Amino acid sequence: MTIATSGHNRQLAERAHAIRRNALRMGEVQGQGYIAQALGISDVLAVAYFHAMTYRPEDPEWDGRDRFLLSNGHYAIALYAALIEAGIVPKDELETYGFDDSRLPMSGMASYTPGMEMSGGSLGLGLAIAVGRCLGLKRKGSDRHVYTLFSDGELDEGSVWEAIMSAAHFQLDNLIAVVDVNNQQADGPSTSVLGFEPLTEKLEAFGWFVRRVDGNDLDAVREAFDAAKAQSGSGKPSMIIADTLMGKGVPFLEAREKNHFIRVDAHEWQLALAALDERKPS
Amino acid sequence: MNHATRKAAPAAATAAAGKPRLTTSAMIASIAAEGQRTKPAPFGHALVALARENPAVVGMTADLGKYTDLHIFSQAFPERFYQMGMAEQLLFGAASGLAAEGFMPFATTYAVFASRRAYDFIHQTIAEENRNVKIVCALPGLTSGYGPSHQAAEDLALFRAMPNMVVIDPCDAHEIEQAVPVMAAHDGPVYMRLLRGQVPLVLDEYGYTFELGKAKMLRDGPDALIVSSGIMTMRALEAAELLRQDKVEVAVLHVPTIKPLDEATIVEAARKSGRPVIVAENHTVIGGLGEAVAGALLRAGVAPAGFHQIGLPDAFLDAGALPTLHDRYGISAAAVAEQVKDWTGR
Repeated sequence: MTIATSGHNRQLAERAHAIRRNALRMGEVQGQGYIAQALGISDVLAVAYFHAMTYRPEDPEWDGRDRFLLSNGHYAIALYAALIEAGIVPKDELETYGFDDSRLPMSGMASYTPGMEMSGGSLGLGLAIAVGRCLGLKRKGSDRHVYTLFSDGELDEGSVWEAIMSAAHFQLDNLIAVVDVNNQQADGPSTSVLGFEPLTEKLEAFGWFVRRVDGNDLDAVREAFDAAKAQSGSGKPSMIIADTLMGKGVPFLEAREKNHFIRVDAHEWQLALAALDERKPS
Repeated sequence: MNHATRKAAPAAATAAAGKPRLTTSAMIASIAAEGQRTKPAPFGHALVALARENPAVVGMTADLGKYTDLHIFSQAFPERFYQMGMAEQLLFGAASGLAAEGFMPFATTYAVFASRRAYDFIHQTIAEENRNVKIVCALPGLTSGYGPSHQAAEDLALFRAMPNMVVIDPCDAHEIEQAVPVMAAHDGPVYMRLLRGQVPLVLDEYGYTFELGKAKMLRDGPDALIVSSGIMTMRALEAAELLRQDKVEVAVLHVPTIKPLDEATIVEAARKSGRPVIVAENHTVIGGLGEAVAGALLRAGVAPAGFHQIGLPDAFLDAGALPTLHDRYGISAAAVAEQVKDWTGR
């Protein structure tokens, strides 16, 4: 079975597939990982790295790059998958994921990995750092953007709301934040752990430009990134609320009872890869 | 007083006592004694001088610009000043971001808020990422009469325990002025305790120069070695004069850099036989300079003729007037002198 894709999105679909494949292989290497989140966010990362952002794979610290800050450090498996696909991290390092002395630790840190701009994992840090990055870019006269990805569970953190107020106050129209709403955090569904809806209305009331999209619909995600980039000069920071499906692309993982850290048995990694490849875009 | 007795009705005797009752010191009360030489806002003026030389310097605060002397900077360089609002987590996260873009943020708030409220943000976004952020915090130790909400009795212990962090506890205006360009020259995170407003001026009379990571002997004496940092060096010097009247001659070793600690100089001074080592700090006796010195001496195999700590007790300190509280907790000059006399057997 193959998924039909519209012509201009085919490349992005292939990238998203490759990111999912990289993530699954890392999961297989380690025998564990936040694989369901990685599968869910792969379409967003494909659009970020292969449509929206400017960067030089051979020079990840090039000052003319767009910055990408991963706040939810446990999503590192997903970002590594994208960094590998982008040519920033060599593909053969995928085999080292989570092992001693690897540049790809289980939780993302700036000091370990090329292209990893911050040390996440202690949730609620990313947006605050992003505010400083945006202020710094504006001070330097740079027209680059700061992208930051965080999870819906991080909306529980007060520091996120400090940064949300601040970004609007400083008119940081060079900030594009993406919140992954997969409605799952450590102790259960995010909306029942601590309700955050109606999120669009809240963020708009805080002075942000907001697009809420199906985070697994490449057309919609791409349109949202384009609209956010078009906010340059508006004085408004942008938030893309991406409603994603955990396990996306591997039906038996999509259907599995949703847990923050899903169990995948040893024999299932190959089944997952096979299921993913059945849906490879053509 | 302690937690159990604070809510008891005040004794009638308080009104009858002959002693005038002091009122709670203002939030940002000067620690200068009456008639003491002072200098206004040494940090603010030093930062302005630094910023004239170094265009990377920016100032940031969490609604405490005036109370950390950063208003001097913001008036001189309004376009290089960031008012982050009363949001300390944001303050330090954003400081990390600005540093990552090549700037050198001087971020100010009260020591309690940096150490207790924003600790994880400083730990992860500044120290772990090794960002070039200078954290400068007012009301160190017991320099506010408002009670534990504003008394940072444990900031040195917390920041000492943080990898990559340099920790400075300056004594006076002279030292703060000198420390500002020195901390800027250090490429990495620094935490400095701040004295603001009319700040005592003491060390200029000792031909003193601040060097990062260096302890300096300000006076020598055979009867006791006082190892001190911050305002306790000022108190130790005052106490030394009082003790001299009683024919007790004490040495005062000033240790403004708590981390990295100048263990070599401390150990060498403590090796001189016959005198007890007394560590004086405006900080809880847990985890600060006292325990750092004790560890250094033990590791070096040095056993002085007695080891004593002058510092704040492991307790939530009382609210009140600073002179009262400094006497109560043994960190006034007179109290230091009394304790030293006891320990030297005079």
